[in-house]
Amino acid sequence: MADATTRSLPSAAATQWLMSMPPAARFVLHGDAAARAAAAPVWGTAFAEQACRAEIGNGRAALWLGPDEYLLLSADIESEAALAASLEQALGDLPHALVNISHRQFALEIRGPHAATILSGACPLDLDLAEFPIGMCTRTALAKADIVLWRTAAEVFHLEVWRSFSGYVTGLLNEIALEFHRV
Amino acid sequence: MNAPIDGLRTPSGGLVDRTRRISFSFDGRSYEGIEGDTLASALLANGVHLTGRSFKYHRPRGILAAGSEEPNALVTVSRDAARVTPNLRATQVELYAGLIAESQNRWPSLERDFGRINDLLSAFFPAGFYYKTFMWPRKAWKALYEPVIRRAAGLGRAPTHADPDRYAQRYAHCDVLVVGAGPAGIAAALTAAASGARVMLCDETAQFGGSLLADGGALIDGLAAQAWVRQAIESLQSNRRVTLLKRTTAFGYFPHNFVGLNERLNDHCEKPPQHQPRERLWQVRAKQVVLATGAIERPLVFPGNDRPGILLAGAAQTYLNRYGVRVGTRAVIVTSGDDAYQTALDLKAAGIVVAAVADLRPEAIGALPEAVRQAGIEVLPASTVLGTEGDLRVKAITLGRVEAGSIQPGQRFECDVVLMSGGFTPSVHLFSQSRGKLQWSDALKAFVPAVSAEQERSAGACRGVYDLGDVLADGAAAGTAAGEPAATGAAQRRFSVSAPKRGSESYLGVLPQATSPSGDKSFVDWQHDVTTRDLALATREGFQSIEHVKRYTTMGMATDQGKTSNLNAMAIVAKSLAVAIPQVGLTTFRMPYTPVTFGSMAGTSRGDLFDPVRTTPTHAWAQARGAVFENVALWKRARYFPRGNEDMHAAVARECRAVRNACGIFDASTLGKIEVVGPDAAEFMNRLYVNNWANLGVGRSRYGILLREDGFIYDDGVVARTAADRFHVTTTTGGAPRVLGLMEDYRQTEWPDLKVWLTSTTEQWAVIAVQGPNARLVLESMVEGIDISAAAWPHMSVARGKICGVPMLLFRVSFTGELGFEINVPSDYGQSVWEAVFAAGRQHGITEYGTETMHVLRAEKGYIIIGQDTDGTVTPDDAGLTWAIGKNKTDFVGKRSLDRASMKAADRKQLVGLRAKQPGVVLEEGAQVAEKPGQQPPMILIGHVTSSYASSVLGHSIALGLVAGGRARIGQTLYVPMPNGDLEVEVTSPVFYDPTGARING
Amino acid sequence: MLIIDCPYCGKRPEIEFSYGGQAHLARPQQPAQLDDQAWAEFLYMRTNIKGVYAERWRHARGCGRFFNALRDTTTDHFLAFYKTGEPRPTLPAQHERTT
Repeated sequence: MADATTRSLPSAAATQWLMSMPPAARFVLHGDAAARAAAAPVWGTAFAEQACRAEIGNGRAALWLGPDEYLLLSADIESEAALAASLEQALGDLPHALVNISHRQFALEIRGPHAATILSGACPLDLDLAEFPIGMCTRTALAKADIVLWRTAAEVFHLEVWRSFSGYVTGLLNEIALEFHRV
Repeated sequence: MNAPIDGLRTPSGGLVDRTRRISFSFDGRSYEGIEGDTLASALLANGVHLTGRSFKYHRPRGILAAGSEEPNALVTVSRDAARVTPNLRATQVELYAGLIAESQNRWPSLERDFGRINDLLSAFFPAGFYYKTFMWPRKAWKALYEPVIRRAAGLGRAPTHADPDRYAQRYAHCDVLVVGAGPAGIAAALTAAASGARVMLCDETAQFGGSLLADGGALIDGLAAQAWVRQAIESLQSNRRVTLLKRTTAFGYFPHNFVGLNERLNDHCEKPPQHQPRERLWQVRAKQVVLATGAIERPLVFPGNDRPGILLAGAAQTYLNRYGVRVGTRAVIVTSGDDAYQTALDLKAAGIVVAAVADLRPEAIGALPEAVRQAGIEVLPASTVLGTEGDLRVKAITLGRVEAGSIQPGQRFECDVVLMSGGFTPSVHLFSQSRGKLQWSDALKAFVPAVSAEQERSAGACRGVYDLGDVLADGAAAGTAAGEPAATGAAQRRFSVSAPKRGSESYLGVLPQATSPSGDKSFVDWQHDVTTRDLALATREGFQSIEHVKRYTTMGMATDQGKTSNLNAMAIVAKSLAVAIPQVGLTTFRMPYTPVTFGSMAGTSRGDLFDPVRTTPTHAWAQARGAVFENVALWKRARYFPRGNEDMHAAVARECRAVRNACGIFDASTLGKIEVVGPDAAEFMNRLYVNNWANLGVGRSRYGILLREDGFIYDDGVVARTAADRFHVTTTTGGAPRVLGLMEDYRQTEWPDLKVWLTSTTEQWAVIAVQGPNARLVLESMVEGIDISAAAWPHMSVARGKICGVPMLLFRVSFTGELGFEINVPSDYGQSVWEAVFAAGRQHGITEYGTETMHVLRAEKGYIIIGQDTDGTVTPDDAGLTWAIGKNKTDFVGKRSLDRASMKAADRKQLVGLRAKQPGVVLEEGAQVAEKPGQQPPMILIGHVTSSYASSVLGHSIALGLVAGGRARIGQTLYVPMPNGDLEVEVTSPVFYDPTGARING
Repeated sequence: MLIIDCPYCGKRPEIEFSYGGQAHLARPQQPAQLDDQAWAEFLYMRTNIKGVYAERWRHARGCGRFFNALRDTTTDHFLAFYKTGEPRPTLPAQHERTT
């Protein structure tokens, strides 16, 4: 039965500058410093104390979204359930909330010399490298959609988008980018 | 083609390329201009002054100015049927080959305009005539007056096709935004950039340089003005932290240094590149703003001052020096200061006869007047203007002499242009929009910026600094201060300047006239046809506030926002009220500085991108099945699935019967879902929802109700306890974000001590509802890990298991009144699992159904929809839901409000069923309910219909309604008044179907 | 569009925030003890100050946190930002005008 069950991904963007990323395991972890300290060794990355910063390592990432809220990303979707179980085990009775949101959202990557300019067509933040450095991440607005924006390299941004907004967000980015990438 | 009048184009000079000739058309006639022309300069080079008819009186009007302040020469430029832009100022329209422009507000033609009769009948169109004339009879307004006025008045016509162009928007951030690239703005940008700041410099015209582009003789740092501009711009261009934006108008100044810019990217192109947006709206956030917006020459107010051929003197100088165009052959100049004397010299040098310079001052002394006399031009001090002649073009002017306070007739001069200069009005529009405080300057006869409200500074002519050397120094100082706000005493950049001294002698109000002038109108506001008489009438009728005078006369309310008229109007009002000018004050400056297209404002928010269109995981499947969709919040939901020629009624009837008799499948993915997790999760839910959650076991669910603190129903939904410390809360589709917001508010601000966290999981789960007597038959072979038999798994059970090999959270829950299940699977699996269930259900009669069927089925059971059967004034008791409130709870959100006496009144509107006596009649949702039949308005009404459907299962229509004291009226007959008479309805229980709930527990 | 200095994320544009009304209104510990008049005061009565106003904001499209701000309603300039639960900061005397 399982073989017949295929994943239908929300977006199929694939251009030089805009790519749909493969599925990932995603969790939201809420909790205080003690919970984070317990989770970090299992997760394998640090949890940034500085606001709006991502920590990466070993195919995983922990993104600061709020003072007690982190977005955990792992490229390894096969061990999603095992990951959750080991995190829960490490967290034990420490007050926390771990919620699987692997399918709630999907990821886009926007790259190239125009990446920041294209995003500025709809995102109100200052994306100058000095103001929004590599490793910075935040929830923000992309026109009428909410996204998580994470700069992974000078000219590469990772976007986390709720799946039902896929048509809107990819359509919007393509429209904005038209003047830079002639079709 | 009309041959260009070579005599009007100078043989050399200016910023135009005489070798590149450009043909264009105006009002259907072909003309020729040259590269670098605006439409206005090209028309003037062809001897065309007449470019429009005035707004109210349809008087012939010509080009008055050379910039964005132009009030008269409004044109419609069109590329094709859809690309039509009305109300453009000819002075700003850049010429391109094949440009097609039309004048406005005339019929049948500019030269012979039928509306001119308004001028002859003008005694009947004084200020406020709208308010006076069209008051009575009231009915005539819509039918007669408004359509006629709308046709007669108004400016250009809007295009009738959808706009095919693309528009972009961009957020931008900088340390220093400099608005205006004249000498002050360029100097500011240079010094700000030198400090290392991120700088943006914008100018509304196609070329940087501002007034320097029209300056014949100035030298800056040893360079001719235009060469200096070129060098400065090149230096700015080479700095990658500087953004230069030409054809870009700063149209609005919003709080915290948020400035709106509108960039016109390709209106000047003969063939606009397809991939490029037509315009770009920049939303700039600047740490510091330098306003270098310059000044506008002030026209003079005298009888007949609006004839074509009467221009601002500075405009004539610009047309000559920048565009190489002589605006006429024989000029009379009327001026209040020295500036226009330079114009006289420039014109004479270009071969124009200057018949006289009429100076309003008692004496004309100093270097410039002397130079003009030396040039052989007659100078007439102590002058005034008594009138002008000419119909489609000025042909003569009659001056007067002011002697010892009385007006003596003066000379009459034949001429084809009159150039007027009343000094300058600093452009304080943006400063004023920023809420900066203005101060009246007696010396300048103008308002100038005094106290900034934002991190902003004005520089140059926009704050009354006119002399070129001072302007450059002022700009440089502003740029330095803005670039390094922390630094003090930084060395100031100096410029060595050789230029004629610029004066600042201004004139305000009406030129001196004989005591009872009976001549022609004296216009104050060209664009809205406001005359001195209109202003006098307004003050005579008791209007004292300038804001009231503005609205009564419509002075300053046209698309030019009174750029040339406001100061004169204010002075005239002050004089007739006999108060000082600062006491009258200015009207509020509003954005936009010049009109901005709707396209630019909308940007990408149009068509498919107007709003996000949210789709569920089964959307493609539903589309393939021919579903008709409806919008629910931002979602597209399948409303019904018509087969063959079915209409909605037939499809819904079939779908309803399928669910009641066999089995239906429904996509409920859009329901909001919130995961409430933490050791205090149950306590949190207890404080928030009306229900008792402490006694809800793991693996069970319950219908939850959330109130606002005022006691009225806010949202509802099934809440499941999936672990001791974990609740899966569902909300209404539209309510998900606001419920999460309300929960976060209480969690963070009222109960921060609770260890509980909230995560939206709306989109984590695809939700597939399988409903109907055969539902268990469909699922029992598919579900892994849960015994879903009736005995083992009663109604409202919840469990984790697997389906099709993927993880599942399964609910036994029903919004239809039938045996029902809701399968939650991770969204990416939604379509695949849906297809598997549908295939498995085939043998059991499974039928896909949409939201319309869902609505009918739930209404048959009396289940409410938040926002349809409730409206923000409905308590749980009103809705018949008292049973859901936890017994013995001392508090929950809204409880205290429910204890108020009025919340328990017996005559509150309560939810009941309404059954029309004629079974085929479906009541209108929203229709009112009356106790007594046959009432005439005003009626006494006791309730209204909230939901109403045809029920194919029951064989009659059903409705829900809120009726005063409704539960006590069950069995009564009430009346629904409709245009064709009352409909009789019987009040019933809201539960029309299976009142004992036998089916749901099957 | 205002610039709002979120105590957690720093300066962000207003579009990321939702407004939360008057600050420092605590929900009564035991609403049942309040008479109707006192409950109505809590529910409905808000000040409408010309001058410095303590108000709530939520960084809804950011870190999600509620916090408080002091804003001069005559200029729209913010004078202070502080976390929920912290006392209202004292401002230099010239700002403390309320009408």
